[in-house]
Amino acid sequence: MSVELDVFVGNTTIMDEEVYQFWLDGYTVNDAVKVRMEGGVLEEYEASTDVLLSDTMDQFRTFQMCERLLHTPAKLANQLLFQIPPHRQTMLIERYYAFDNAFVREVLGKKLSKGTKKDLDDISAKTGITLKSCRRQFDNFKRVFKVVEELKGPLVENIQQHFLLSDKLARDYAAIVFFANNRFETGKRKLQFLSFQDFAFCAGQLISNWTVGAVDNMVEDMDVDLDKEFLQDLKDLKILINDKDLLDQHKSLVCTALRGKTKVFNEMEANFKTLSRALVNIAAKLTNTKDVRDLFIDLVEKFIEPCRSDRWTSADVRLFLTYYTNSARTLDTFRHQVTWDRYMDVIKSCILKMYHD
Amino acid sequence: MPGKLKAKIVAGRHLPVMDRASDLTDAFVEVKFGNTTFKTDVCPKSLNPQWNSEWFKFEVDDEDLQDEPLQITVLDHDTYSANDAIGKVYIDIDPLLSCEAATVISGWFPIYDTIHGIRGEINVLVKVDLFNDLNRFRQSSCGVKFFCTTSIPKCYRVVMVHGFVEELVVNEDPEYQWIDRIRTPRASNEARQRLISLMSGELQRKIGLKVLEMGGNAVLGYLQCFDLEGESGLVVRAIGTACTLDKLSSLPTAVLPACNSPSREMKEPPFSEDPNPNIHSSGPSTPLKNQTYSFSPSKSYSRQSSSSDTDLSLTPKTGMGSGGSAGKDGGPLKTLLRQQTQSALEQREFPFFTLTCFPPGFLIHVGGVVSARSVKLLDRIHNPALGNTRSYKLLDWNSFTADEPETRDAWWEEIRQEIKSHAKALGCHAVVGYSESTSICEEVCILSASGTAAILNPKFMQEGCLDSYSEHSRLEDPAPPSCGFCHIPYDELNMPFPAHLTYCYNCRRQKVPDVLFTTIDLPVEATVMGKGSLIQARLCRLKKKAQGEVNATAISNLLPFMEYELHTQLMNKLKLRSMNALFGLRVQISVGENMLVGLASATGVYLMALPAPGGIQIAGKTPSDITYEQHISNMQKKINDTISKNKDLYEVHPQEIIEEVIGSPIPESRQRSRLFRSHSESSDEVSELDLSHGKKDAFVLEIDDTDAVEDIHSLLTDAPMPSGFYSCNTEIMPGIYNWTSSLQMFTSVRVFRLNNVNLTNQGLNKIFNDLCENLLKSLYFKLRSMVPCCLCHLNFAVAVPEEELIQVAVTAVAMTFDKEQAQENFKANMEKAIMKVISENEEQLQFPLELCTETPAPQPFSPSKGTGHQDGGGIHTSARATSVDYSSFADRCSTWIELIKLKAQAIRRGSIKTTASQEKGSPLPEGRSRSLRCMRPFPSSTVSVVKMTPLSFLPGTRIIKYLGIINMFFIRETTSLREEGGVSGFLHCFIAEVFAMVRAHVAALGGNAVVSYSMKECVFMENPNKNQAQCLINVSGDAVIFVRESEAEATAAAPQTSSMQNLSGAAEANA
Repeated sequence: MSVELDVFVGNTTIMDEEVYQFWLDGYTVNDAVKVRMEGGVLEEYEASTDVLLSDTMDQFRTFQMCERLLHTPAKLANQLLFQIPPHRQTMLIERYYAFDNAFVREVLGKKLSKGTKKDLDDISAKTGITLKSCRRQFDNFKRVFKVVEELKGPLVENIQQHFLLSDKLARDYAAIVFFANNRFETGKRKLQFLSFQDFAFCAGQLISNWTVGAVDNMVEDMDVDLDKEFLQDLKDLKILINDKDLLDQHKSLVCTALRGKTKVFNEMEANFKTLSRALVNIAAKLTNTKDVRDLFIDLVEKFIEPCRSDRWTSADVRLFLTYYTNSARTLDTFRHQVTWDRYMDVIKSCILKMYHD
Repeated sequence: MPGKLKAKIVAGRHLPVMDRASDLTDAFVEVKFGNTTFKTDVCPKSLNPQWNSEWFKFEVDDEDLQDEPLQITVLDHDTYSANDAIGKVYIDIDPLLSCEAATVISGWFPIYDTIHGIRGEINVLVKVDLFNDLNRFRQSSCGVKFFCTTSIPKCYRVVMVHGFVEELVVNEDPEYQWIDRIRTPRASNEARQRLISLMSGELQRKIGLKVLEMGGNAVLGYLQCFDLEGESGLVVRAIGTACTLDKLSSLPTAVLPACNSPSREMKEPPFSEDPNPNIHSSGPSTPLKNQTYSFSPSKSYSRQSSSSDTDLSLTPKTGMGSGGSAGKDGGPLKTLLRQQTQSALEQREFPFFTLTCFPPGFLIHVGGVVSARSVKLLDRIHNPALGNTRSYKLLDWNSFTADEPETRDAWWEEIRQEIKSHAKALGCHAVVGYSESTSICEEVCILSASGTAAILNPKFMQEGCLDSYSEHSRLEDPAPPSCGFCHIPYDELNMPFPAHLTYCYNCRRQKVPDVLFTTIDLPVEATVMGKGSLIQARLCRLKKKAQGEVNATAISNLLPFMEYELHTQLMNKLKLRSMNALFGLRVQISVGENMLVGLASATGVYLMALPAPGGIQIAGKTPSDITYEQHISNMQKKINDTISKNKDLYEVHPQEIIEEVIGSPIPESRQRSRLFRSHSESSDEVSELDLSHGKKDAFVLEIDDTDAVEDIHSLLTDAPMPSGFYSCNTEIMPGIYNWTSSLQMFTSVRVFRLNNVNLTNQGLNKIFNDLCENLLKSLYFKLRSMVPCCLCHLNFAVAVPEEELIQVAVTAVAMTFDKEQAQENFKANMEKAIMKVISENEEQLQFPLELCTETPAPQPFSPSKGTGHQDGGGIHTSARATSVDYSSFADRCSTWIELIKLKAQAIRRGSIKTTASQEKGSPLPEGRSRSLRCMRPFPSSTVSVVKMTPLSFLPGTRIIKYLGIINMFFIRETTSLREEGGVSGFLHCFIAEVFAMVRAHVAALGGNAVVSYSMKECVFMENPNKNQAQCLINVSGDAVIFVRESEAEATAAAPQTSSMQNLSGAAEANA
C-alpha cells in the first residue's frame, strides 16, 4: 500500500523559507524531513512523518519548477504559472543567488569553464557543501558572467537589472565576475587567510578606479577589463625606486612625518626601501597579464608578510601608507602624481582590508 | 448575420526555442473561428515577437458565436518542412455576448500544448459587434447570463425565479482508448479539447434558449458535467436555475453593445436593462410584460420525449400539507397559500433549484434530503451520424434493458421523477440544493441525483393567482423566521417515515424533527450555537469483478447497504459532536472494477430550534463476560470523553436538556433519518429503501461482532483538528463572522495504490479512512501559517481510476478570521437586527412607490414585487459582508427611486442606464465608479493578481461586476513521465498550469477574481511501464471584479455612512 501520487497546488504558491533553504543547500527530501523533524515542527502541529514528507516533497517540486524561472529572474515577475507575491519573489531570487563563502573562495578567480565544473566534486568534499548546491552556485556565477560579459554600462547596475538582486549581492557578483575575468590568483595557501569579502572589497576598489569604466562609462566590458593605458603609465612610477635621490628623499619625508607616531618606527625605517620597491615593482609589472593575476599574492608576499613579521599593527600600516602616498606628491621631480594617486589609493585600501590574521 | 468578431494579435513573449541552430523561433499565428482562418506575418528570429497584426474580422452567426471558441495557434515557420505548432489558446467569447459583462478581452494568455504544457504567452485583443436579431426562430441565446454561483449574485436582485433548466449533448469521443490509438495522442487530445469546448458552447446556447423561452435572463447555479463514457461516447450535460435578474448597483456600465433581446412576440425579460429599446413595440408594453410574470406552463420547456408519461405520473396530486396539518400550520390562510404555491410548482415538470443559498424568507420549510441513484449499462452508440462533429441527443441510444431507444435524457428524466416523488412524500413541493452526478467504470454507470425537499415562498415564483401583495405579507411568518425552515413540512399524523418530533425549541409552536439533513447552505436566518464542523462518512465495499448485467446487478445490490452505512456513520459522528443538523450534504458513490467507494461530506451544526442530541450508548449483545463488559464500559467512557471534548471545541453547550432524553439512557428505538433514497436498476422498477426500518438505533451501538468494534473504533479515530483550524464544506462556517481578507484556494490530489490483493472490507475501510484523514492533516499542516483559519467549501471527490487505485481530489479555500469572536458574534447579531428593521421599513416603503408606477398597468403585480425581499437576499452568504450592501436605508431608497425612473424611461425608450445615473445625483454611483476606476489599471509590468475561491464571495470585498462564466477543459499528456518528475511532478505542473490559464482568462476579461470556482473533473490515467500519463481537468467559475470593502466605503458618500451609524446607534441603545 503506498501513496502513488500526492500533490498540493495553491492559487498563491505556498513556500516555506526553511524548506527552500534545505532545497538550496541540496538536501535530499529525506534529509530535509529528518532535519525538520528535529526542528520540532512536528510537535507543534501533531503532524506525522508522512505529513512532513508529503509537504517537503511538494515544496521541493515547486522549487524545481520555479528553478527555470529563477535562471532569468526578470521572467519570474511576469510569468503566469505561479502566483507569487512580490516580496516572496524577491526572497526567492535573493536566496537562489546567495552563495556560500567557503564555496566562492574555492572558485574565485578561476575560469568559469567546464574544467572547473569538473572539480566541483573535490570542492564539495573539501567544503562539506553538497554537490548539488555547489553546482547551483557555480552555474549562477557562470550565468551572471555570461549575461553581463557583453553588456555596456556599469557592471553592478547591469547585474542588478538583469538578476534583480539586492545592491549588496549585486556587488558581490560584480566581484566574482571581475575576478573570473581577470583570473586573479586567490587559491594559494598564503592567501587562504583572506575571506571572500576581503577580495570583494578589493574588486570593488579595482573596478571603480582601475578599469576602463573609471574613465569612460560607455564602453563594453568597461568594468571588467583593467585600463591598459593606466597600466602602461604605471611603468613611469619606477622612477621612485630607480632614482636614488628620489628614493632617499621619499624615505626621509616619510620618516620625518612618522617619527614618534608609531612603535615600529625603526622597523619601518629599516624596511622602507624594500617596501617601496615592492609596491612600485608590483605597479610596474601590471602590464603583464600573468603579473596582474598575481597581484594579490604579490601584495601579501612582498608587503603584508614583511610588515606582519615586524608586528606592525593595522594602524601602523595605515599611517605608513598614508604618509608614503602623500609625501610622494611633494617630491619636486616626481611628475606622475595622477597615476600615483590612482594606483596608491587602491593599493592602500586593498592592503588595509587584507591586513588581518 | 448577426455578429462580427474581431481579433488582433499583439505580441508574444517567453516563446520556446524552436530552432536549435539559432536558439530562436520564427513564430507566426493562425487565428481560426469556425471555418475561417487568418494568419499573421512571420516574426523571424525572436522569442518575444511583436506582430501587432491588423484586426482579423469574422462575420458569423450568433449561434456560432456561442458555440465556437476562438482558436489561436502559434506556430514556428519552417521553410523546408512542415511548420511546427508551438501551442494553442482557446478563447471563449461568450462573456462578450452578454451586454453588461466584459466588453473586450485583452491580455496575455498562456500558449498551451497538450504535451509540453504552457509554452510562453501571447497578447490578444478580442471584440464582438452584435447586430440585432429579430428572427423569432433564432437558435441563439446571446445575452443570457450564466453563473456558477449557487446563490443570488452579489450585485443583482432576483425579480423572479423561473426554475429548473437542463440539457445534454452527446458525441463520439475522439479518443477513448488514448494509448492504443493509431493517430498520435496529441492529435486526438487536441481534437477532444476542441470538441468539448464546442459542445459546452452548444450546451450553454441551448440552455440559454430555454431560459429565454421561460422569460428569464440568467442561469444561476449552472452546473456542467462531462461523462466520459469511453466507447459509447461523450456526454456533456448541464443543469441550472433560470432566473430573471436585475442589476442592483447603478454603476454607469460601459455603453452596452447592441445585444439581441428576445423578439417581441416572445416574453421579454422585464428589465429595463434591455439595451435595445427600439425593438420594443411602442405603446403598451405592460400587457406584454404580463406574460413574463405569469408562470409558463411546464410543457413549453420540458423535453419532448418523455414528458408525456411523466405528466401522467404527476397528475395525482395528493394535497399533502393541507388537511390534517392545517391547524398547526398557522391558519387556513396559510394553507391556502401553500396550496397555491404548491399548485404553482406542481405545474412544473421539475420544481428543482440548483441554488443552495436563498434570500431570507424564500425557504418556508425544509423536509430533508432526497436522493436517487440508478445503475445503467452503457452501450455502444448506435449512431447513424458517425463522423459528424456535431451529433445531437436525439440519436438512437440502445439500452440493454429495453428494445425501445432509451436516451440519456430518459435516464435523467427517470431519476428526476423519483426525486420529485420523494419530495412529495416529505410533503414538499420543491427540491432545493439539487445536483446530479455520475460515476462510470467501463460500461457501468451510476447516475445520482440529490437535493433537499422544501416548501418555498410563492412570492418568488410569481404565480398569477396571488392577488395582493400586502395581504400576502400580512400572512407571512407567524412563527419567528429564524426557525421556520426547521418546522416539518409533512403531516404529523401521516408521517412519511417514523420520526421523533418535538415542539420547536425556538418558537415552541410548531413541530420540528430531532435531526435535520440538507444539501443546502445554512440559511442566514438560522440561529446556531457554537461553530460547525466538517463531518465525513467514508466507506469501501469490495465487489466481484463481473461484466455486463451481472456487474450492474451486483452494484445495485450493494448500493442500499452503502447508503445505509454512510448514513449511520454520519449520524454517529453528528452525535459525537453534539450537533443536530447537517448542511451541504453530498454523498458520492464511485464505482471501480472490484470495489465501490462511498464518501459523504457535510457540515454539522447545532441548530437552536432543534432538540439537543443525546449521547451515544454502547450496548453489548451478550453481556455474559466480565472482561467484555469492562471493554464496553471503557469504550463508553472514551465516547463520552470525546463528546465533551467536542463540545468545548465547537463551543456547543446546550443549556437545557429537557424531555425524555435524560430519562431513558437508551432511548426508544427510533430512526431520525431524513434520508430518503432509492436506487433502481432499470427504469420500470423503483425500489425504495426506508432507512427507518433499520434494526439499530442511531444512539445505540451494539457490539455483537467485530464489525461493530471496528465501526466504533473508526468513529473515535477521527483525528481532532489542530487548534486554530475549523473546517466545513458549506459556503460559510457557521459561528464565524469576522473574516479577514487573506485567503488561499488550493487543490490537492492523492492517489493511493492498494498493493495487497486480499483485502477485507474492514481493511479497505481503514485504508480509505486513513487516506482521507491524512489528507486533511496534510492540509492543516500546509496552511498552518494562516491560523486562525477555516477551510471552507472542502470539496472531496473520490474516484477509482483503476483496479487498485483510489483517487481523492480536494478543492477548498482557507480563510483567516479574527480571534475576537465573542464581541463579533454580538455585533453580527446586531447587524442582523438592523437589517431586519431596514427590510421591514423598506417593504413598507416599497408598496406605495410600486403603486404609483404600476397604476397604469392592469395586472396586479409587477416584476419588482419580489425585490423587497431580494434586496436582503444578497446577504445570505456572509453576514459580515452585508453591512455595507444593506447598511443604509437611504441607499436602498435611492435604488428604488432609480428603479422607478428606469421603468419610466423604459417606457419612453430613453437610453436607460446612463441617464438614470446622471439624473439621480446620488453620490453613491459616483463613488462606486471612482473606486472601479481606481482599481482597473493594474500595474502593467507585472502580472495582475487574480484571486480564486470556491465560495461565492471574497471576505472584506465587494463584487461590483460579474464578467461571465469561466468553463475550461484541458488535457495534458506526457510520454516522458519519469523525466517530468513522475506522476506527482506531472500532475502538479498541470494543475498549476490550469490555475494559470484560468487566471489569465479572468485577467483578460478585466477581472481580478474567480468566485464559485470548482474543479469538476480530474481524470488521471497512467501507464508507468510505457512512461506515459494523461490527465483531463475541467474547471469552472465566475469571473468578477471586486473592490476592497474599505475602498468602497471610503469612496461612498458620507451621509450614507452616517445614517448607518445612526441606525446602529439606535439599535445599540435599544439593546
